[in-house]
Amino acid sequence: MRGYGADLESLKDKKLKGQLSVKEQLYGQSAKAAAKTEKWIMPTEGGSLVAEGLEKTWRMKQEDIISEVDILSSRKACDISLRVLGPYTLVYTLNGRNMLMAGRKGELATIDMLTMNLIKNFQVKETVRDVVFLQDGQTFAAAQKKYVYIYNRDGTEIHCLKEHEAPQSLQYLEKHFLLSSINKYGQLHYQDVSTGEMVANYRTGLGGARAMRTNTFNAVIGLGHPGGKVTMWKPTSVKPLVSMLCHHGPVTAMAFHTDGRLMATAGMDRKIKLWDLRKYQVLRSFAGHARTLDFSQRGLLAVGNGSFVDIWRDSGGDQSFMDRYMNHSMVKGYQVGRVRFRPYEDVLGIGHSNGISSVLVPGSGEPNFDSWVANPYETRQQRREKEVRALLDKLQPETIMLDPGRIGTVRPTRATEAEEEDVAEVKEAAIAAAKASALKHKTKGRNKPSKMLKKKQEGIERVKRSFMELPPERESKKLKKTEEVELPRSLQRFAKKKSS
Amino acid sequence: MKVKVISRSTEEFTRERSQDLQRVFRNYDPALRPQEKAVEYARAVNAAKLEKIFARPFVGAMDGHADGVSCMAKNPNHLKGIFSASMDGDIRLWDMASRRTVCQYPGHKGAVRGLTVSTDGTILISCGTDCTVRLWSVPIAGAGESEDSSRNVSKPLIVYAWKHAFWAVDHQWNGNVFATAGAQVDIWDHNRSEPLNTFGWGNETSVSVRFNPAEPNLLATSASDRSIVIYDLRMSSPARKLIMKTKTNSIAWNPMEPMNFTAANEDCNCYSYDARKLDEAKCVHQDHVSAVMDIDYSPTGREFVTGSYDRTVRIFQYNGGRSREIYHTKRMQRVFCVKYSCDGTYLISGSDDTNLRLWKAKASEQLGVVLPRERKKQEYLDAVKDRYKHLPEVNRIVRHRHLPKPIYKAANLRRTIIEAERTKEKRRKAHSAPGSISAQSYRKRRIIREVE
Repeated sequence: MRGYGADLESLKDKKLKGQLSVKEQLYGQSAKAAAKTEKWIMPTEGGSLVAEGLEKTWRMKQEDIISEVDILSSRKACDISLRVLGPYTLVYTLNGRNMLMAGRKGELATIDMLTMNLIKNFQVKETVRDVVFLQDGQTFAAAQKKYVYIYNRDGTEIHCLKEHEAPQSLQYLEKHFLLSSINKYGQLHYQDVSTGEMVANYRTGLGGARAMRTNTFNAVIGLGHPGGKVTMWKPTSVKPLVSMLCHHGPVTAMAFHTDGRLMATAGMDRKIKLWDLRKYQVLRSFAGHARTLDFSQRGLLAVGNGSFVDIWRDSGGDQSFMDRYMNHSMVKGYQVGRVRFRPYEDVLGIGHSNGISSVLVPGSGEPNFDSWVANPYETRQQRREKEVRALLDKLQPETIMLDPGRIGTVRPTRATEAEEEDVAEVKEAAIAAAKASALKHKTKGRNKPSKMLKKKQEGIERVKRSFMELPPERESKKLKKTEEVELPRSLQRFAKKKSS
Repeated sequence: MKVKVISRSTEEFTRERSQDLQRVFRNYDPALRPQEKAVEYARAVNAAKLEKIFARPFVGAMDGHADGVSCMAKNPNHLKGIFSASMDGDIRLWDMASRRTVCQYPGHKGAVRGLTVSTDGTILISCGTDCTVRLWSVPIAGAGESEDSSRNVSKPLIVYAWKHAFWAVDHQWNGNVFATAGAQVDIWDHNRSEPLNTFGWGNETSVSVRFNPAEPNLLATSASDRSIVIYDLRMSSPARKLIMKTKTNSIAWNPMEPMNFTAANEDCNCYSYDARKLDEAKCVHQDHVSAVMDIDYSPTGREFVTGSYDRTVRIFQYNGGRSREIYHTKRMQRVFCVKYSCDGTYLISGSDDTNLRLWKAKASEQLGVVLPRERKKQEYLDAVKDRYKHLPEVNRIVRHRHLPKPIYKAANLRRTIIEAERTKEKRRKAHSAPGSISAQSYRKRRIIREVE
């Protein structure tokens, strides 16, 4: 996971060599110590489902699993049936402690999953399209009909974020304290929840995204558009980082693997594709619709479609060979809206048209949690301390990049590619600045709207022109190519041959 | 089929009673911690900023002398005391904790040029321009602290008068012999009124003298003919001599690597040498803008402190070319002597404005008893700051020091001059026949020759 060590042989600087060799030794020692402690410091074992003989794992029903498992775990599989207030969507906190369920017609309820207590249940009397938990597992944001609202644990509305208009989906970046939303016009907003400032507003230009997920590995937000494109965004660039055409129809759902290397997308063209995010190529392609997708902490993929949920697992270890692991079908008529794995537990939460169900999926959760990262048993004091520490360690939006390991490394000297990227970014920023520049309001009848518009466009064109200067070499190369073709066929043998 | 699901019992993972500690569980899997480098970078920036906020190096000033402080001496057996002597012959013993004079030793008629303490810490030896060497008895540690208000005034144990004025004195680290520097280098015993031995090479006065910490018979002196001479007491003639382009004001041996010593030179640089190989300096420490007057090593041997004529005190790393830290005050004038305290935490500087100043070696260090958790946190912050200190944002904060305007301007001027000379050299080399001009490394450039 850490990559290769430093290449000490090629160094000529003795002082640096000595310092680096000491550091490499320290790394080796600490890795060994960590590996040693893993053997006896991990208190819990992971779940598993092993089929014996001719049995197949996907024929196991929930009832069979529940009967084989102890009482505490069997209580985790439950059904909450609420018919009135619309299809339900659900979200878990990062430590799996609290769950928030939101009915489309306006019901919001937070439940403490450890004690199965209802923390708060209230109605907002408005369409609620999406919900996310914010920095502690108590405050949450709801994407309602017109604006995004932030509520605290008692159900009091604390903030109404008016810049997000008609939001469809919400995502929250934990370490950066950034709340981002996408609306049906395709506008992507990033807002800093700790200071309240709007970090970025971008027009994607590709229409409203039905699917919006965060890649937790590098804090990049992925959007799936109605044209079949999937774009990945960071808050500091106007253009998306990556734009890939994934499906022939609209993208209905997408999910990122926790290690950031795998992405699953589903489209209306009846295909579910697994993408390798390093080469941006399809690894596997399955047939079928999917209304919702989710990866678990251990790499199981849950596909929700109609009234059943499929769970796939990679048996080969390299995630290219996913095969069916389990299947859960619910009462016909229940439409599955969202599936989410509960962190650090072997539980899958299903939000459907008639409420919330949770089913047991052995082997999906990470059995051993780290108290400093996410603690399902945290006390109030620990939660408060964690919030303060997270604020102190808050990351700036500039640190979001496709490869998060690039921080602290030397910038590559591949001149042309780096230059082009930089130039494109600078160009975008300059054009945005030119568009946003305010013109001086002239008096004495000299501020006709047509003239103002013309002046503004001239400013934008001036900025564009300064980037338009091609280096002279490229032009001359183009001319040379056309010249070679123009010789008639009989004279081709006398043409200058390219020296190889 | 075999089914197993994650099942945790709450009792295992929460504490039993409220007076117990909270239970902590660790999983070192890096997959649970995304964007580690960004988090570390954010912590490095915060750590750099916090370090600057807590950087208050000046502890206090000890005033009492009536004339500029010319030299200081550490007592290796008593951590809290420091001896200082001024240009009007006044010698005092200070208690650093309360910053008061414990004992005074009047007697010298002129400037006191050298102070040193014997190995067992009972005798103080001073020498001055009045051609005398005086031996005083040092009060026992602890006796002087009970009476704060009364000042003891001591009489010298014995006074030895000699033929020439003395410039420096140093005691052997593990012996009974001390050496004085003047027109010649004399080796004295405590009980003899005449020197045991005399060394001299040429007709020049020796300006400073230092015994080697590990080898008791080895000592290094610097003379006003721009030379550094290494003597061995067992031989009748000097062992090695090195002539440089400018005079060396002071020498200090590295207590942890006793074959190396650093010389504080008039040309604003300090030169570190290996005593076995004097033809090339091991390291050139450049940062002062005026003559370096005094130098002292930390007991760890990893850094040393220098005091310069340009009114600043700088701390260098033993192998670093640039200073780690600079201390200056509006009230501190020309610094004539500096000492690193025996526990490596404080520096004491004595300057022309009659004050001794006490500084912290690490400017943002928390003094006093540090709890283990605080210490670990501080170590972590130092480590994460070191890892990212080359990145521009962190580097800008870590490197930032406020310099007084005359020093800033003088430093810029020096840099311009050095750059101009270097460019000229480069151009000369580029435009002459290849091989006719050989590049001389900076470590060799200031040495004229080594004489056996």
